[in-house]
Amino acid sequence: MEIKKDFGIYGGQFVPETLMSVLKVLEKEFEEYCSTDEFKNDYMYYMKQYVGRPSSLYFAERLTEELGGAKIYLKREDLNHTGAHKINNALAQALLAKKMGKTKVIAETGAGQHGVATATVAALFGMDCEVYMGVEDIERQKLNVFRMELLGARVVPVSSGTGTLKDATNEAIRTWVARAEDTFYIIGSAVGPHPYPTMVREFQKIIGEETRRQMLEAEGRLPDKVYACVGGGSNSIGMFYPFVGDEGVKLIGVEAAGHGLETGEHAAAFSPNSKVGVLHGMKTYLLQDEDGQIKTAYSISAGLDYPGVGPEHAYLHDIGRVEYTSITDDESIEAFKALCRLEGIMPAIESSHALAQAMKDAPSMDKNDIIVVCLSGRGDKDVHTVAKYLGKEI
Amino acid sequence: MNRIDKRFNEIKAEGRKALIPYICSGDPSVENTERLVYALEEAGADIIELGIPFSDPLADGPVIQAAGLRAFKGGYRIDDTFRIIENVRKRSHIPLCIMVYYSSILGYGRERFLENCIRADIDGLIIPDLPYEEYDEFKPLVDKTSIYMIPLVGLTSGDRIPTLVKDAKGFVYCVSSMGVTGERKEFDSRVEGFVKEVKKNTDTPACIGFGISCKADVDKFDEFADGCIIGSAIIRKIAETDCDIEKVKAFVSGLR
Repeated sequence: MEIKKDFGIYGGQFVPETLMSVLKVLEKEFEEYCSTDEFKNDYMYYMKQYVGRPSSLYFAERLTEELGGAKIYLKREDLNHTGAHKINNALAQALLAKKMGKTKVIAETGAGQHGVATATVAALFGMDCEVYMGVEDIERQKLNVFRMELLGARVVPVSSGTGTLKDATNEAIRTWVARAEDTFYIIGSAVGPHPYPTMVREFQKIIGEETRRQMLEAEGRLPDKVYACVGGGSNSIGMFYPFVGDEGVKLIGVEAAGHGLETGEHAAAFSPNSKVGVLHGMKTYLLQDEDGQIKTAYSISAGLDYPGVGPEHAYLHDIGRVEYTSITDDESIEAFKALCRLEGIMPAIESSHALAQAMKDAPSMDKNDIIVVCLSGRGDKDVHTVAKYLGKEI
Repeated sequence: MNRIDKRFNEIKAEGRKALIPYICSGDPSVENTERLVYALEEAGADIIELGIPFSDPLADGPVIQAAGLRAFKGGYRIDDTFRIIENVRKRSHIPLCIMVYYSSILGYGRERFLENCIRADIDGLIIPDLPYEEYDEFKPLVDKTSIYMIPLVGLTSGDRIPTLVKDAKGFVYCVSSMGVTGERKEFDSRVEGFVKEVKKNTDTPACIGFGISCKADVDKFDEFADGCIIGSAIIRKIAETDCDIEKVKAFVSGLR
């Protein structure tokens, strides 16, 4: 397996020396174990029998008709066990943790989806599980906190910094530094020090591989455009990676523009004012001030509410292979509502960002053009947020 | 001669060990930081480490995190640290190191940051999240100046130690624990062996930091190391006494 520390000038291992030997061991185990048939067979077994893969590639006929342009297909990651793509990666990392003889796993979570996925696989493999979560997010995502507890995990409140995902990630890394001997850190997005961004991509690329195959079966050709939302960027890198070599396939990553890029209240790391910096052990595009202090990200979608972006995305951005755009809160909610009514599918607000961009572009495309949108998760978790946005009491 | 080398020569001649306090710039205020630097020097500090607060300090425990938040609350900017040092240099020649996370250097601009370090006349840089594998990013620039980049070595560095310390200048920062900064009741039993391993591989002084909070800790580590770095315990004292300079001074004097 090709494994490198950097993606162009991005990525790397910007961590305290104390973690370096831990990362070296992880790198070696990942490289060796994850290329074996034993791992691949185990991974595929659980993907099929436990997660319910392959997830379907669904032709959204009514949505397509409504927009009157390109044919729109949805990659249904929302149909996975636990309701999102996060389980693909959490399960694979748990297999690696088990192989490495670790008895405890820790994870960070923002909205709680990765926390739930990690708590789920910890229960599946009989491992002790702690999930670090910002106090602000605990308040906003009570339902997922309770889900994690039901699954046997301990949710550790993080009040440092701004009490959100970035702080929960800091705290998880700090804990890992102290307890690496028996503890495996399951990172949920394509972020962190090497080898995490590569590992997460390898464990998520099943999304793009299936899509490619399913599209060839359905249409006999590859799509013209592929859309996925980008917070840290795990569903998007998993979707894009198998298409990177296909020059005719345009790849579009959609960030969260929150209240609008001009307001400064957004989570778009590729927005004009962002800069290259270091956070969570990686060098990448970050929302930061002139002193390099990390700014708080904002989005209605807790899963996109991250001030940075995975380093491979930074690289794909610079070489121009992926185009990155952004969608506001308002636009994402409109897309959310449209999919509910036209297709009977309630998407996660995260995924609604990718969908909104596709819905903007589709009408001006040819009827023979094909679009794929990665529907990274289901929206049941978001009904309270949507109700609040719409001013409804439930 | 770099002031750090000069100071270690003096310390050696006097047959004692180095006391290296750490404080956070801007905690509780920029003016007080300057006053604290003088107080630390009067209390017997050999080298002073001045931290640049960062929004996401990966290597720091709750006490130093809180100090950073207090600094930000007071409107702290990186330029304040340079201003403090420029003022200090008008009165004092104590060796000064800046402790800074790499993101701050990148955000501020690598060249600009280093130019300001030179202008402020500092002696060393400690960058906790720039491990050996990432030295290429910045160390070649630092090495062109007379400022030393202080290497950090950890309990788990093992066979990396010879590589990490082979070009060490100033002193080697030996991290006593697996976790973050902050006072500890007990230390890992491997500390002595690991510091000895460092000393076997370099003539550059080896100082221990992370978790040291009292005279007893200092005495214990001074038996086999060349000095101790104390941060959280001093910062806690600053916070507890509402930055009573005399009380902080007395506390630091008591560590000698």
